[in-house]
Amino acid sequence: MPIIGNAQLRLLEKLCNASAVSGDEGEVRKIVLEDLKNHSGQVRVDALGNVLVTCSGSGRKRLKVMVTAHMDEVGFMLVADEGEGLFRFEMVGGMDVRQLPGKAVLVGKDHLPGVIGARPIHLTTTEERKQKIPLDALRIDVGPGGSKIKPGDRAVFATRYQRNGSVLIAKALDDRLGVVTLLQLVKNAPPNIDLLAAFTVQEEIGGRGAKVAAYAFNPQLAVVLDATPANDLPSWDAEENVSYNTKLGLGPAVYIADSDTFSDPRLVRHIIKSARAAGIPCQVRQPAGGGTDAGTIHKARAGVPSVSVSVPHRYSHTAASIALLDDWKNTLALLDAALRRLPPGLLATDRI
Amino acid sequence: MDPLFPFLKELLTAPGLSGYEDPAAEIISKKWKPLVHEISRGRLGSLHGLRRGSGPSPRPTVMVATHMDAIGLMVTGIVDGFLRLTQVGGIDPRVLPGALVTLHATGAGLSQSIPGVVVLPQTRLLPPDIGLNPVPLEYLFLDTGLPRAKVESLVQVGDLVSFAQPPFELTGDTIAGHSLDNRFSVAALTICLEELQNRPHLWDVWAVATTQEEIGTIGATGSTYELHPNLAIVMDVTFAKGPGANDWQTNPLGKGPTLCMGPNIHPALHKAMKELADKLEIPYSLEYAPRHTGTDGYSTQVVAEGVPTLVMGIPLRYMHTPVEMGAVKDIQRAGRLVAEFIAGLALDFVEKIIWDD
Repeated sequence: MPIIGNAQLRLLEKLCNASAVSGDEGEVRKIVLEDLKNHSGQVRVDALGNVLVTCSGSGRKRLKVMVTAHMDEVGFMLVADEGEGLFRFEMVGGMDVRQLPGKAVLVGKDHLPGVIGARPIHLTTTEERKQKIPLDALRIDVGPGGSKIKPGDRAVFATRYQRNGSVLIAKALDDRLGVVTLLQLVKNAPPNIDLLAAFTVQEEIGGRGAKVAAYAFNPQLAVVLDATPANDLPSWDAEENVSYNTKLGLGPAVYIADSDTFSDPRLVRHIIKSARAAGIPCQVRQPAGGGTDAGTIHKARAGVPSVSVSVPHRYSHTAASIALLDDWKNTLALLDAALRRLPPGLLATDRI
Repeated sequence: MDPLFPFLKELLTAPGLSGYEDPAAEIISKKWKPLVHEISRGRLGSLHGLRRGSGPSPRPTVMVATHMDAIGLMVTGIVDGFLRLTQVGGIDPRVLPGALVTLHATGAGLSQSIPGVVVLPQTRLLPPDIGLNPVPLEYLFLDTGLPRAKVESLVQVGDLVSFAQPPFELTGDTIAGHSLDNRFSVAALTICLEELQNRPHLWDVWAVATTQEEIGTIGATGSTYELHPNLAIVMDVTFAKGPGANDWQTNPLGKGPTLCMGPNIHPALHKAMKELADKLEIPYSLEYAPRHTGTDGYSTQVVAEGVPTLVMGIPLRYMHTPVEMGAVKDIQRAGRLVAEFIAGLALDFVEKIIWDD
């Protein structure tokens, strides 16, 4: 049985604290490959840096099922050296510039510290404080002492993982939760299917790693493991929040539709039925914006019936996101249950 | 590693918000105890350390004041397990979304520390005119991730929230974190006390870590009245040049402390300190405060019949954010300069504090 125990929590901590901005996923890739070292399946790294693992099952009539989790995270690239340790930077992935001032960052492979500051409040005017601080007014400041840091280096928020009982607080829970989940599935691969696991790159800039991984694997169906924003906070005017995406504590979120993908209804139905059969809580994500690697996977080759399942979390793409341990455990349990009871003839059934 | 770092990091990790300075006071008190002859707390909580001089009694006294309180946040309400906040001291709400904080929850009795994050609700959950503009503090939440019932049992309105950003070293002998304002000056005063261990001084020295500076230079007023010094030297942080800060109000980072000029400062004291810095070849810059210095010096000067006051600054970038940044060598320079000044005080120095009209 795949589980989330202390070893998996330690691995999550290591992965959340690693730096892997889209296009520079090496540090996470190394941890993933290290964790797969003694794995019997076929492990390879492709042209874009995806880690592709094939776990062949033993039953007859096995479906070829691609399961993915992305290794990359949103972050920054330094783009100009202005001297005295000050660098201009650009955002990589969808971020809100209002989340940047006042943060510590780690730059480059050596995790050299820096800060994104802001003009002291004493020197601002009331009028100025009504405007957001634009990106071109922000700098990454690593101190005036000189270092190896140079334009082209990536940076991430410096937030270190912490756990308060069942509460997980870290950067990049999107999608390191999925990475650990997928590692557990690979190590406990269901025998009734051929599990084609892809630890993908460049998800945050358009699912580019998943696109080529889906072509290479040529699967019959795909399940994408990600983390989705909850947006389940109270509304300012005490009216009911009807625009939440998911809610923390209600279990894994199954996608019907997002900006990029209409999930295959047969897969959605199978997953929800599996949850009920196994007594695992699960919720349907409100059909809304956002996207996952399914966006490129379902359009690969002649098309791949796909569905996404996410751990609900809050404050995606910021310095500190929050998820609940039980939602994560239930996500792994649901995936395991759904894959093990996947009927070989599922794709021959109606889409209604 | 600089021998100052362990103490500095401990200070920069402690909460100690205005009015609730005990966590900082305990750390400072432990550090100062071997460096002073007497130590006590003032009525408003300021820490008073006395180092007796070697002059004949009654000796003149100099007070060196550094505020130890920090800015932060306070809980004003609980909504579905999320906390509403107000500020303690001046905070630009634009630096708050995504800030890691520690909630000091007292609802269940003694204060317990709970990690949390200050969060920006999604646009649709905010007043429609906000859009993608900065969100006022009244609409931000503190989220601990804990279930509603647990939050309601642990948290009480009025609970304090401090920044949780751990301090860290940057290149060029700089350090970043929260509360460098004004724990940097507390560290400078500590260096001064250490220097005075080996330097004879005639005057009595009151080393004071004041309270409630950030909400109106309150603690310094009481301490100055109680200790009644002949001179007051106030050390606080000031604005360093850096991104978004380059005008006349700013001074270079890491190029020495500032000596402030303006109505809060007695010109004769300023002149004496400047001449000493020149003589010792300690680098400094001149800072100009045409009105309020924004420091305890604004208070110390007008206590009782008035106290000749000097204000010295340590330049910081990004003041009042969780990532204030300053140079450690400026702490050492400021500490050494004040120690030399004290060691050089002649018994008749007070008579030299005159108006050179």
